[in-house]
Amino acid sequence: MTEFVIGHFNIITYIVLMMIGFYAMTGKTNLVKKLVGMNIFQWSIILFVVSLGAKRGATIPILLDDANHDRNPEVVLDAMQYVNPLPHVLMLTAIVVGVATTGVALALLLRIYSQYGTLEEDELLETIRSAGNPSAPSR
Amino acid sequence: MNIHQSAVPILIVAAPLVASFILPVLGWWKRAAAFPVALVALTFSFGVAIVAAREVLTNGPLQYFLGGWAPPWGIEFRIDHLGALMLLLLSFITLLVAIYSKRSISRELPEREVPFYSVYLLLVAGLMGMVATADMFNLYVFLEITSLTSYALVSIGGGAAVVSAFRYVILGTVGAAFYLLSVGYLYSVTGSLNMADLSRILPALYQSNAVLVAFAFFVIGMSIKMALFPMHAWLPGAYSNAPSAVSAVIAATTTKVAMYALVRVLFFVFEPRFSVEVIPVTTLLSWMGAVAMVLGSVMAIVQSDLKRMLAYSSVAQIGYSVLGVGLATTMGLTGALLHLINHAVIKCCLFLAAGAIFYKTGLREIRQLRKLSIKMPWTSAAFSVAAFSMIGVPPLGGFFSKLYLMLGAIDEGQWVFVGAILFSSTLALSYFVNVIRYMYFPSPNPDADAAVPVSVGGRPEENTASALSMTDPSRDEAPATMLGPMLILVGVTILLGWFNGDIVSRFLSPAILTSFGR
Amino acid sequence: MIAEQQSIIVKTLCRLLVPFIQMFGLYVIMHGHSSPGGGFQGGVILASSFILLAIGFGLETVKQRFSIAAVTVFTSTGVLLYAVTGIVCLLLGANYLDYGILPVANPRSIGMLVIEVSVGITVMAAFVSIFHDLITFE
Repeated sequence: MTEFVIGHFNIITYIVLMMIGFYAMTGKTNLVKKLVGMNIFQWSIILFVVSLGAKRGATIPILLDDANHDRNPEVVLDAMQYVNPLPHVLMLTAIVVGVATTGVALALLLRIYSQYGTLEEDELLETIRSAGNPSAPSR
Repeated sequence: MNIHQSAVPILIVAAPLVASFILPVLGWWKRAAAFPVALVALTFSFGVAIVAAREVLTNGPLQYFLGGWAPPWGIEFRIDHLGALMLLLLSFITLLVAIYSKRSISRELPEREVPFYSVYLLLVAGLMGMVATADMFNLYVFLEITSLTSYALVSIGGGAAVVSAFRYVILGTVGAAFYLLSVGYLYSVTGSLNMADLSRILPALYQSNAVLVAFAFFVIGMSIKMALFPMHAWLPGAYSNAPSAVSAVIAATTTKVAMYALVRVLFFVFEPRFSVEVIPVTTLLSWMGAVAMVLGSVMAIVQSDLKRMLAYSSVAQIGYSVLGVGLATTMGLTGALLHLINHAVIKCCLFLAAGAIFYKTGLREIRQLRKLSIKMPWTSAAFSVAAFSMIGVPPLGGFFSKLYLMLGAIDEGQWVFVGAILFSSTLALSYFVNVIRYMYFPSPNPDADAAVPVSVGGRPEENTASALSMTDPSRDEAPATMLGPMLILVGVTILLGWFNGDIVSRFLSPAILTSFGR
Repeated sequence: MIAEQQSIIVKTLCRLLVPFIQMFGLYVIMHGHSSPGGGFQGGVILASSFILLAIGFGLETVKQRFSIAAVTVFTSTGVLLYAVTGIVCLLLGANYLDYGILPVANPRSIGMLVIEVSVGITVMAAFVSIFHDLITFE
């Protein structure tokens, strides 16, 4: 059992974080807390994919020089020495996407607050429905 | 069928992208220049899409290596027959909606044309990229570009649209995050991100747990994005509260490219037998599609707001296409893809008509559209023809796609699905004919309708003056730039019915056979 | 709206730190190919220098130095520089963003540097713009 937990540590971590984010998105009524839950959700997935590239005893993926500061092909091109850079690079793009989504959501929250005066979802839906708009998002 | 290199895929994505970023600078200097630049970029995209379609039909699929790096080390763009058809559809619809939006945006979003067109062009670039790419992670990037711009466009009107947009943000991000997770799992077992490469490596790994998990997450993520029941909760609010042009364009494009991505991965990256035998997701998809068809139509009948009714109708129509995908036969898939194209054209026309009605009269309730055919005859006619095509009246386009779906279901012996298709079409008849009845043959009791409180979308304090205009039956048709795209789309749906055999044999069958013929 | 801070310690510290932050941001952009960093990270650090200035001295001071029109222009400039690099490679005969064809020494390295700088410019301007819009919303 302990071997299983230690061997699959990254998967267990990301699942726990993802479920925390999921609970925040669905169980909380404040819109900002939902947004934070969405952030935790996204970040847990990014954490998982970055952890896929980890390798024990490997170095950063910059071409090594040998002792004479030359590029000796046998030393340089040994791919086993380097960490896989591709998950990191892909997740960099995903982080940028997450930041942009957070920015859009925050702007929406500002607008909701300035228009309705509240950020609690139940009060919000009441206000919209009592204003006579039948196109309110339903429960 | 040989593949050859062509610069077309990159042009069709780069043109709207570059134009989208030229617009803020140009708009700061001169605001009236925003619309012409956007129109030029969209026309260029449409022209390139036509060139792409012709090249694909004569020479076979097109391919492009970004940065000169061959796959699987580099990102590859690939346009095959299905992709060429989708590109034609998307570029045409976005061009027409842009022409339409000139009047409606100047009324609904005064002084905000520059950000609107800039974000709109970015949406178009994202849509084109999603269709043209052949790399799984590049698909995620373009999927998020499409999603983020559609969140912004839905919320740009203010009012209840902002709350709907927030719900859309949360749910859409969950769907995209699930897709990212599936790409991560697939990369971890195969080491490749290229679709053609994955289709080569994966068959040996079909029993691996990571591949099964990746597939499950992918299907759920894409189902959220294309609003398959029961993950459709964001759709009614987003479609009904958004500005008119935005409703039309996102109803016709974003869910369709999500379904295109589903078809790509289900049938081209994974073999069809994977979805049927190894993990029977096609059974699940076909049942969810059938439930979506019936429940979407039932929900549409009880709606009193026109755009909300059209939104629930979209949920039902997406169920049709997913039913076709779930059948996992050549006939079913042909029906699904043909219905995708028909639904995009028809739903865009319907939303454009609803937007024109709102532009001229400020009304959104169905019961208030009495005698609309006298006031806006062309708009009512366009709405009616599009509605009949959606119901499935021959020889209009919608009939043939439903015919393919029914033939596919009969071939498989799934009589429940045949019944569901017929029942849902009858329900569609009910709610569309209800609207047409108010437009052409209203009941002789106007007092009952006048008691309905006037309720319009957006800010309630803006539209009270124009809401009384329904008592004025003089003819006041929508302007030409709004009427033109509607009538062109009606013509397209008639042509889709007339030429459906050509479309299937020249575009859809070659693509489907490369998948099923393995 | 952020008003100017009254404490002289805070103002002096902000003013002292900003050049170092900007230098570090430029370092992170330029060395993206051989150490952790790159366009996005360096751009965020550069933007944080402007935000620190805004927190210390008030938003008006920053707007005098880096107006909203300039922010918009910079956002577009970065992306257009990226696109133009790709199109130059296209016009010279190779594929889009295929730097090997550029007529300079070490073409791939120079091409990557131009791309990183353009991303840094856009990200910096975008974050300053986001900060400004979120702060001045009423």
